[in-house]
Amino acid sequence: MARRTKEPIARINDFVVKFANVNGSGSASANALFARAILRMGVPVSARNIFPSNIQGLPTWYEVRVTAAGWRGRRGGVDLMVAMNPQTWDKDVGELEGGGYLFYDSTRELPATSFRSDVTVLGMPLTAICNAAYTDARQRQLFKNIIYLGALSALLAIDPAEIERLFAEQYRGKEALSDSNRKALALGRDYALANFACPLPMRVERADAVGNRIFIDGNNAAALGCVFGGATVCAWYPITPSSSLAEAFAKHCRKLRVDAATGRHKYAIVQAEDELASIGMVIGAAWNGARAFTATSGPGISLMQEFIGLAYFAEIPAVLFDIQRGSPSTGMPTRTQQADVLLCAYASHGDTKHPLLFPEDPTECFTMAALALDLADRLQTPIFVLSDLDIGMQDWLTAPLAWDDRRVLDRGKVMKAEELSAGKTFGRYLDADGDGIPYRTYPGTHATRGSYFTRGTTKDRYARYTEEGPAYVDNMQRLLHKFETAKSLVPAPVIEKADKPARAGVIWYGSTGAAMSESLAALAATGIHLDRMRIRSFPFADSVEAFIAAHEHVFVVEQNRDAQLRMLLVNECGIDPAKLISVLHYDGTPVTARFITQEIGEKAAHFNVTPLRKVAPLGAAD
Amino acid sequence: MTFLAKPKLHHPGLPKNALGYTRRDYEGAVSTLCAGCGHDSISAAVIQAFFNLDIEPHRVAKLSGIGCSSKTPTYFLGNSHGFNSVHGRMPSVLTGANLANRDLIYLGVSGDGDSASIGIGQFMHVLRRAVNMVYIVENNGVYGLTKGQFSATADKGSKAKRGAINTDEPIDLVMLALELGATFVARSFSGDKAQLVPLIEAAVLHKGAAFIDVVSPCVAFNNHPGSTKSYDYVREHNASVNALDVMVPRDPITAEYGSGSLEEVVLHDGGTMRLRKVHADFDPTNRLAAMNFLHDRAAAGEIVTGLLYTRPDAHDLHDAQETVDVPLNALTDADLVPGSVALAALNASLR
Repeated sequence: MARRTKEPIARINDFVVKFANVNGSGSASANALFARAILRMGVPVSARNIFPSNIQGLPTWYEVRVTAAGWRGRRGGVDLMVAMNPQTWDKDVGELEGGGYLFYDSTRELPATSFRSDVTVLGMPLTAICNAAYTDARQRQLFKNIIYLGALSALLAIDPAEIERLFAEQYRGKEALSDSNRKALALGRDYALANFACPLPMRVERADAVGNRIFIDGNNAAALGCVFGGATVCAWYPITPSSSLAEAFAKHCRKLRVDAATGRHKYAIVQAEDELASIGMVIGAAWNGARAFTATSGPGISLMQEFIGLAYFAEIPAVLFDIQRGSPSTGMPTRTQQADVLLCAYASHGDTKHPLLFPEDPTECFTMAALALDLADRLQTPIFVLSDLDIGMQDWLTAPLAWDDRRVLDRGKVMKAEELSAGKTFGRYLDADGDGIPYRTYPGTHATRGSYFTRGTTKDRYARYTEEGPAYVDNMQRLLHKFETAKSLVPAPVIEKADKPARAGVIWYGSTGAAMSESLAALAATGIHLDRMRIRSFPFADSVEAFIAAHEHVFVVEQNRDAQLRMLLVNECGIDPAKLISVLHYDGTPVTARFITQEIGEKAAHFNVTPLRKVAPLGAAD
Repeated sequence: MTFLAKPKLHHPGLPKNALGYTRRDYEGAVSTLCAGCGHDSISAAVIQAFFNLDIEPHRVAKLSGIGCSSKTPTYFLGNSHGFNSVHGRMPSVLTGANLANRDLIYLGVSGDGDSASIGIGQFMHVLRRAVNMVYIVENNGVYGLTKGQFSATADKGSKAKRGAINTDEPIDLVMLALELGATFVARSFSGDKAQLVPLIEAAVLHKGAAFIDVVSPCVAFNNHPGSTKSYDYVREHNASVNALDVMVPRDPITAEYGSGSLEEVVLHDGGTMRLRKVHADFDPTNRLAAMNFLHDRAAAGEIVTGLLYTRPDAHDLHDAQETVDVPLNALTDADLVPGSVALAALNASLR
């Protein structure tokens, strides 16, 4: 069609495809099939939905990065745009890299000014093909997605047999559906083979780079972690991007937690009236000996503040998943951020501190969910799992979930009726073992011993109400001691040396890791070598301080405006702020390797970390 | 000074219940409320009811919010676990506790500020969720701990101690409870122990959400002329619709009733409640009729007390959740953890 002024991109297993769709058009399942088919060919992908806070009608995108190297972050830029949404046409076309490809529905002719001269245009009359093949309006809509999937399979050399196998698995027992999908796929494929030069020079080739990894979103994995970690009570209130965690817990429990003989449930899930009630239910259940959790996002944590302080002070286990989103206030509900670090670390009024866990991917969402339930019981305090939208709601190619059958759930220090009968001393807030962690009893344990009154007011070591200063200070100091004990129980940071001796280091946490390894490789290629530390929890282990002390400068990469982890490091470890150099990305999109490389490159030059040398952004030479 | 222990000695001839406990075994710490507080009478009624029902004190969990009323669980059932939670949020904590262990008896104690103002949302939702519990509101129409502000149940036109007139419409928790599907709804008066004790007993035996609104005058801030929650006012305007006698299955039926219509209500565990009707046209098993009756009598200036509504065959939250009989907090690792084989299958489905 259009005249090309730049050579078409020619790359194998290393490109970005972006689908521009309309929300509610049924495109999501076709797009997921596209990603999974490439995975089945042994080629890693990293895929992300970019969606609005809307059910139907607004623009939505799906971005698939095909990456032989297995990078997990967004690359930035687009090589093939599947432009199915006229609303966003100009923006979508503008995003294409020079030499890229533009696939669109050519049923209605567009003026030449709508196109760029430096990209290859692939027009296919999708609507016309659909209207000829189907009479039902809904079918026309749904199969249109499958038809373009068929065309893309021909253009990018995706094995159609893999897509057909996915149909068969998805529609097992519904052969008619599988069949009609296969026909639609062939319709698109045949058209592309007949009308375009298939495959393109930019395409997929079968490889063996996926291994045994699985494709799963963090909320689903966290929900499984809750099942395996023995959670029996889930109380929640719907809020993006956390709702799918509670819903996945329900789905998995229906399969894994039903008594075979009676069909009855070994779990309870309550959709509460608000976040105040959901955390109240979690605290009530955990007080009574059940393992309980809630899933929410920043606004929910704001609402839960008072109860969190009660759980801290009365020492009641609770697990809170905060799937962070763009904030403050309602913020950007469908965008990602890491901006609740301080909110959670010091949640509630008065002197409080809470353990935080920072999963870096869905696999860690699983392990940290189960761990959080253990830690809550062990430490008798709220534990926060700080995931975010990017981990929680996106499918990641990630290590398979693993469970050691020898593992015993740690229910913490619970005094039993026999011990009470035998005359063992019970003081609810008595530091019997010297680790700051007292013993508790479940209600109903013993007729005459071990009962106590739980309250948010000050009490002595035997849970008796008091307003005496020394008793108050004694209790507050013990809580601090308990927090110190937590240091040895939470996951240690992952520390790695650079390939060459380095004067500077870099710290990150959570979903930022997706872009970090790629960025570190790019920086190393330009001569910037950094020792690295991925922080996995708060309170900070001593090794966190030691790492910072061992370097002249340390970059701290975060996805928030105010450098919240840096503040926490400065505050808790007494670090000279000048030593910690922030790299901040907070526009709501997941941080890219390109961004980090650029930022660190520039700042490294400024701080004289390495000999001066301008860093070119990754991929800019394309 | 609520931690002051009471003297442990008691008269050897104190009557014992079927478990061998005396009434003293159901007491708690010494009350720190004002002398003459209606709430202390309610605590005494709670003690009497659990003694009468032969329930082991430690099988009861007592939960409350914040306020004078919420302090009272310290003053009864000293061998029960208690939970003084946060203001207006007792219902959610109780709901969670109930989910964790269906075998205990849950007693929620709250006040009119705790339940009708800050906590009205949780009050409403715990009732519509059918949590198996007894929920008592010790209703004095006033904020006692903060010294005499109106609460949301204060009647329009009623006068505060310092002279202010309440201009807001009152919230009637009984009408709300009926509207929201509570399956046992009663109102009583802290000064009428003969009526209150059997109501608490029946509420404990009821399966489902049982709510009792107990008008409980505040001697410090709401017991003056012009108050509609004073002892004098309530005594003058109290209109009892029925008198109740509760029989658990093991009891011989000994209750004697004089003339007047009698109504028996069979409890879910086979026990019965016998109601001696005072108002012939009042049917406590007809929710709509009860609501109409209450509206009519309220318009006539009466405070209707007694058992106002019950549905003996009610279901509770555990029925809706279809939970197993074993309390969730007693399930073992083997019950809960699916194991590595199940996880391998899940992994396989995600490739």
